[in-house]
Amino acid sequence: MNEIILNSHNKSLIRKKRFWNISLIAIILIGIILSSIIIDINSSNLLNGIPRLGDYVSQILPSLESSNLFLSPKDQGSIAYWYFNLPKYLKLLFETFNMALLATIVGSTLALFLSFLAAKNTSPNSLVFFTIRRILEFFRGVPEIIFAILFVWVLGIGPLAGIIAMTLHTTGSLGKLFSEVHENSNNKPIDALKASGGNWLSEMKFGLLPQVLPNLISYVLLRFEINIRASTILGFVGAGGIGQELYLVINFNYYEEVSAIILLIILTVISIDLFSGYLRKNIIGVEND
Amino acid sequence: MTNQEIITLHPKIFSPLWKRSPIKIIVSLLIFLYLIFSIKYFNISITDFINGLNKMKPILLSMITWNDFLSWNFNSILVGILQTLAMAFLGTIAASVISIPLGLLASRQVMKINLFRFIIRRFLDFIRGVDILIWALIFVRAFGLGPLSGVLAIFVADTGTLSKLYSEAADNSDNKQIEGLVSSGSSKLSTIRFGLIPQVIPIFISQSLYFFESNSRSAVILGIVGAGGIGLQLSERMKAQYWDQAFFIIIIILIMVALIDRLSRFLREKIIND
Repeated sequence: MNEIILNSHNKSLIRKKRFWNISLIAIILIGIILSSIIIDINSSNLLNGIPRLGDYVSQILPSLESSNLFLSPKDQGSIAYWYFNLPKYLKLLFETFNMALLATIVGSTLALFLSFLAAKNTSPNSLVFFTIRRILEFFRGVPEIIFAILFVWVLGIGPLAGIIAMTLHTTGSLGKLFSEVHENSNNKPIDALKASGGNWLSEMKFGLLPQVLPNLISYVLLRFEINIRASTILGFVGAGGIGQELYLVINFNYYEEVSAIILLIILTVISIDLFSGYLRKNIIGVEND
Repeated sequence: MTNQEIITLHPKIFSPLWKRSPIKIIVSLLIFLYLIFSIKYFNISITDFINGLNKMKPILLSMITWNDFLSWNFNSILVGILQTLAMAFLGTIAASVISIPLGLLASRQVMKINLFRFIIRRFLDFIRGVDILIWALIFVRAFGLGPLSGVLAIFVADTGTLSKLYSEAADNSDNKQIEGLVSSGSSKLSTIRFGLIPQVIPIFISQSLYFFESNSRSAVILGIVGAGGIGLQLSERMKAQYWDQAFFIIIIILIMVALIDRLSRFLREKIIND
């Protein structure tokens, strides 16, 4: 008797699971078909593109020769020949790095001020809370490259447009993250300061900030990593940094320079990620990624 | 207690700031010096700013005055939105499919050969080091302008990140079920299929959903380099200085992203709870 019940229950479980799996697969298939129709993908343009992609990749890869790898920039096949433009790249990389750093510093400072107004427990009233939240949402929601296009119009081509674009985006996203940290903080130190007659400023400075500071710094470092990535591409729309050079060499088909710049960008991004990860782990002791 | 007594009781708290936390002073000084340096380095001047703000005023004004609203080309905007969603969907699905084997091969649970795992992981790091917009630019060169290049850019960029997340999910899986299967003599493949996969599939699905969400954001900007979608419509209108229409598209994008956020959060909670 028991066995019969067990079997029938087992069967119904299997049936239920099968139903969910099949419907999931059906939804995905319908999605794939619909999407392919919308963007007009067919096998022919996909298949035609693949050999062209192979051609392109083999063109941008440097033609290094093992025998004269370490010769002077004049000899074909040497690393120095591949990276003949290195001083220019390094200058641009330095600019890229500074764009990201400046935007992170200014953006996180603005975010810190706004975050108090955007956190439920520290905001003076609900109207301010609501307005600041919506403003932060707007700055966070619009991609930085869109802001960059706008500021290139206004301020002209150059890194300043990129810096402002990144600053706005940083303010938006860090403002939200900071205010969430404030909301999750312990209220007791603030209450104690209030009880002993502290004003709002000292409540925040001595009651809230010591609790949240490690988290905030960790978020700032994460944001710095994101901004480094962003600043490498803002140049595509003329907003400064190494992206401008990359856009140029891709469009003018300076094949080997493409791979040279992309490799430099990858190395920069990875080493900054590692460095900031090290700081977060060892100095601040918070890991939230 | 008088103030003096309190101060003598806690000398450290009431000592001057530079004694209490010299690091704070040093850091603020460094930041201050850096700001001065960067003002010099980037040639930032107040007059430029004021000129910029003056130029900004008419742009902002024209963003909010929609005079010929009814004559706008809504059809192309709708097509752009649909294209963006389709690009994000196809890119995420393709990346998820290829990330399952790649992620498992990069995980300790499946791949026991350290060197092989190391190579796969560095390969994934390499893919992740290149921004999605750079991938898009490369694919536009090979496949021409259009959404196909965007799909491929999303596909490649996401493969790097999703495979890493998948491999971490597999690393964190429970060993007991796997050991149970091994001890009862099942083969390597069926150990993975029945010991590991059932544990990680819900995590995989919820991460893919999250990526669909974030891709619907990044698909927006791919149009700027010619990889299709709403970004193309937006950047064209910005280039032609149709600020009113551009602002309208930005609002539409924000609404679209917010709706997808909601939907994906709802689905993810459902999947994790089941």
